[in-house]
Amino acid sequence: MKLTTLLTGAAMALGLATTAMAQDKTKVGFVYVGPIGDGGWTHEHDKGRLAVEAEFGDKVETVYVESVAEGPDSERVMTQMALDGADLIFTTSFGYMDPTINVAKKFPNVKFEHATGYKQAENVATYSARFYEGRAIQGHIAGSMTKSNIIGYIGSYPIPEVIRGINSAFIHARKVNPDVQFKIVWAYTWFDPAKEADAAKVLIEQGADVVLQHTDSTAPQAAAQEAGNVITFGQASDMAQYAPLPRVSSIIDDWAPYYIARTKAVMDGTWTSGNTWDGIGAGMVGIGEISDAVPANIKAEALALKASLADGSYHAFTGPLKKQDGSDFLAEGEVADDGTLAGMNFYVEGIEGDIPQ
Amino acid sequence: MDLSAINPILFVAGFLVAATPLIFAAIGELVVEKSGTLNLGVEGMMITGAICGFATAVETGSPLLGFAAAAVGGALLSLLFAFLTQITLANQVASGLALTLFGLGLSALLGQSYVGIKPPRLNDINFGPLSDIPVIGPILFTHDIILYLGIALVAATWAVLKFTRAGLILRAVGESHDAAHALGYKVVRIRTLAIMFGGACAGIGGAYISLIRVPQWTEGMTAGVGWIALALVVFASWKPWRLLLGAYLFGGITQLQLNLQGAGVAIPVEYLAMSPYVITIIVLVILSRDKSAAPACLGRTFHASS
Repeated sequence: MKLTTLLTGAAMALGLATTAMAQDKTKVGFVYVGPIGDGGWTHEHDKGRLAVEAEFGDKVETVYVESVAEGPDSERVMTQMALDGADLIFTTSFGYMDPTINVAKKFPNVKFEHATGYKQAENVATYSARFYEGRAIQGHIAGSMTKSNIIGYIGSYPIPEVIRGINSAFIHARKVNPDVQFKIVWAYTWFDPAKEADAAKVLIEQGADVVLQHTDSTAPQAAAQEAGNVITFGQASDMAQYAPLPRVSSIIDDWAPYYIARTKAVMDGTWTSGNTWDGIGAGMVGIGEISDAVPANIKAEALALKASLADGSYHAFTGPLKKQDGSDFLAEGEVADDGTLAGMNFYVEGIEGDIPQ
Repeated sequence: MDLSAINPILFVAGFLVAATPLIFAAIGELVVEKSGTLNLGVEGMMITGAICGFATAVETGSPLLGFAAAAVGGALLSLLFAFLTQITLANQVASGLALTLFGLGLSALLGQSYVGIKPPRLNDINFGPLSDIPVIGPILFTHDIILYLGIALVAATWAVLKFTRAGLILRAVGESHDAAHALGYKVVRIRTLAIMFGGACAGIGGAYISLIRVPQWTEGMTAGVGWIALALVVFASWKPWRLLLGAYLFGGITQLQLNLQGAGVAIPVEYLAMSPYVITIIVLVILSRDKSAAPACLGRTFHASS
């Protein structure tokens, strides 16, 4: 009897000690959809993770798991991270949305942050960047520079984030070039260099001389370089190794300030759920240097567009705009509200083809 | 819809290239499985070959040396599998899976300083006037030597397995290792050689992706081709020509669906995206209605004492 009590007491003390030790360090977990060396999306998230480590030093411990398939696999990874004592977990792909919500229910004391999704909970916040602002600039440059008037677009999955990008790029390409057409290919993957390269080659063979990508690897850049006379834009990361041609500019995601702020909030106990959606103005979306391959006047216009998006004087979705089926979307001067943008599931007028449902 | 946007010549030439990595990986695995060993590490050997080939080609400036290095890299990695399964008699499925994970990690480590570099280009073979023949010329005679090597390898594998004594011995080991052993054949040695051949082929297949098809180095860039190769071997009922057909079907439909999407054909994209898998499986299953079964000793460990 006495021995048992003693043992129980010792075990409890030990248990408390480990918990106390674990609480010394804030443990932050990251779930990645691709490898950290993809040169694009996941690469930038990992830079954010390293920034968290640099900022807080040994007060923080970060862990990450890369190339986690969307779906049940991700649920397993998140559960394991939570069981291993993570205080805050960033899940960095759209397809982790439901798994994040499911796991968050089981671990009410762990904070979750889901990138690019729209489902929140008491302990699940969402965050994303207004990539479509960058797409507007890409559309402007693409529409101004295309000679064949065919712009190829490699989509990943038909989700609002990607469709928003297509619409934004199309609106601004049409603005400067009414003859421009978009050819859209869905790759149904975020990361598959061979398939992305194939998609880029097919688009180029079908006459596209600008290729925009919403997939994560640099393979389309390599394919465009190989073909010659094709311009591309870096996606998620600068992809400057392909500058000045084919890569003429890029959208760069900068997650570091957000990751640092949220980790700090967990440390201070001030973390609350919410939805963060920042753009060029707040610095979450960066525009990579516009290379010399772009004529000076177009570059100046693009920079002016960037400035107006940054200070909020211009919104990338400003009416008059119609939907693909001809119905009204935005009246003259009206701008799209965030709810509409977050759930966008239609093309704007002029884009051909259907969105896969 | 604008079907005229699809250039049939570029399309066929494109799918020959797209299918080549798959052909190499699958024909190597076919030989391994014919010897009675199941190596699930194809993906790991491919990605290791991809970085070995890429690094060597960049350092030496010679793509052909790159392919040679890829073959060596893949074969060396497969030796690890051979050691685990043939000497220590470890479980083949677990060892193969471990090999894939190990290969992915190893390649990421080796490739750290090669991200964003452009590899030297492997020139197409000059066939002279042959490549000027309308239609057939640009489709058949504008490729690099590795692509032709892949087709030749399928033919050679078929011929060796069917007509030669070496092929007969390999098949005997795969069908009944005890009988082969009783006849005095060195089962472990033969299987080890087959495994190394499979590793070398997978390595070349991987290097074809990093040096020609994409061409660049990115972590994890084989993105599942190794698994498709494994499935292809089974669906082709361990027959080389069916395997070639399956690889072309898969590569062809993959390219076709991208082309159709680009041309705006009114077929729902979901169906197009799944079509390569579905059609390849259906065709190969129909073809394999005859009684072609797996090698009888596939996946079973062998020890001379048993």
